[in-house]
Amino acid sequence: MEKLEVKNLNHHFGFTEILRDISFTLNKGKILSIVGPSGGGKTTLLHLCSGLLDVEEGSVTNTFDSSSFAFQEGRLLPWKNVVDNIALGLLAKGEKKSIAIQKAKEIALKFGLEEEDFLKFPKDLSGGMKQRVSFARALVVKPSLLFLDEPFSALDIGLKKELQTHLIEISREENISILFITHDMMEAIRLSDEILLLKADPGHIVKKFSYDLIQEKRDDRFVYEESAKILQDKDIIETFELNTLELK
Amino acid sequence: MKFFLKILKDFPAYLWSGWGAIASILLFIALWDFGNQTYGNLVLPSPLETFQTLYVMLHDELVWNEINITLYRASVGFGLSLVFGSILGLIAGFFATASMMSRPVVTILVGMPPIAWIVLAMIWFGMGDETVIFTILVASFPIIFVGALQGTRTLDGDLKEMADSFHLPWHMKFIDVYFPHIFSYIFPAWVSGLGMAWKIVIMAELLATSDGLGASLAVARSQLDTPTALALVVIMIGSLMFIEYIILEPIKREVELWRS
Ligand SMILES: Nc1ncnc2c1ncn2[C@@H]1O[C@H](COP(=O)(O)OP(=O)(O)OP(=O)(O)O)[C@@H](O)[C@H]1O
Ligand SMILES: [Mg+2]
Repeated sequence: MEKLEVKNLNHHFGFTEILRDISFTLNKGKILSIVGPSGGGKTTLLHLCSGLLDVEEGSVTNTFDSSSFAFQEGRLLPWKNVVDNIALGLLAKGEKKSIAIQKAKEIALKFGLEEEDFLKFPKDLSGGMKQRVSFARALVVKPSLLFLDEPFSALDIGLKKELQTHLIEISREENISILFITHDMMEAIRLSDEILLLKADPGHIVKKFSYDLIQEKRDDRFVYEESAKILQDKDIIETFELNTLELK
Repeated sequence: MKFFLKILKDFPAYLWSGWGAIASILLFIALWDFGNQTYGNLVLPSPLETFQTLYVMLHDELVWNEINITLYRASVGFGLSLVFGSILGLIAGFFATASMMSRPVVTILVGMPPIAWIVLAMIWFGMGDETVIFTILVASFPIIFVGALQGTRTLDGDLKEMADSFHLPWHMKFIDVYFPHIFSYIFPAWVSGLGMAWKIVIMAELLATSDGLGASLAVARSQLDTPTALALVVIMIGSLMFIEYIILEPIKREVELWRS
């Protein structure tokens, strides 16, 4: 059985401790979200899990066949147009050019990009469009493990919901496992089998929340109710320092 | 192939945008004529006389011979700079130590006036092709070298990481990730290197050889043949403008469409 197992992971940048004693397991076909305050070390954790950063202390065991990454800042090739950017991962896998382009176009349309955008270079795209291109590039290769670093942060609520639905569908069809970072509690509740709460300075896991209801059955009511519940959790309040924001 | 077709397709539009340039050239010629009326034919022959001389010269096989000699020297000198500058610049860029070690050498090469190189080259190689070619090489090599070096040193680490995350094979990494970035630095360096080569070839010929356009210029000077001197200058400027605006600029436009 394919899985990603993180055990007692610590990480430093220079003398600053960024992550302390992180342990969790992601099983085949599951969606695991990491939520936490900005600067808490979420991106660093994802890079460690995907092998983009070298593990210093502790261990990361990844037995998934393949993986792909959607970066927080997009990281599109500025000299390639939308379609060619999306097709990059397919071509790297040895897919034939014409088929890769075809698949890239299909997924671009599915993600709300329009035909007239296909030949645009990244400099002419909006922030949300870049994010969708980056997300499409990662998803189109149908990896068995998908790393997503806040892939929907620049999208309006309509698009966000549409793409979340796509993501659930595709991950179910292709049995894709997902390690997901988000700031958005409702998004985490809609998508995840499990949520890890990462508190900052240094980043450590303070709590795990599990949701057993399958994603397709989670309607708006479920999401709102669970969000309301989770926002009253004392660990969440402490981690995001919600109490200091209260109006006096 | 598709790429060249696109360059050809966009070419008329590019030419059309050249009206402004033509207007400014005509204005310049008008000023020139005014200068001729003020200072007389010996100091500044009229544009008409100059172009008439040019016309006669261009029907003279001997003149074409000189042009070919100069073209040959400039091409060899520039070609060598292009090959060595690009390759060594890329290597220096990929290795931090090499790039640090090359800095003082580049500073010396850039800082040393070409005229000093010509003197040294005359001592080393005597009067002939080698002197001219050597001078071109030392003058335009550092420009290209620095372009290639900077292109390589400024490669985006985030994009490299992205390429790794998608397991791009090495040839895709080079063609799709490294090359376009490096090219956007190296191509302008080629253009400046070419301009430099063309200036230096004339200067070196004027001082160090008995044939070529530069030497013809020296002869025209000694005979106080101002119309011929000016006609030669027109040939030099005309050929440089042709290469730069008709050949290089359209290529550059297509290649750099992705830039804002
Ligand atoms: N390459 C690096 N070198 C040094 N420090 C770094 C590096 N990358 C990140 N950091 C530091 O590590 C900490 C965690 O950064 P990280 O990007 O993991 O946060 P994050 O949780 O993803 O934040 P956000 O939600 O804003 O994206 C920050 O304090 C950041 O300054
Ligand atoms: Mg981050």
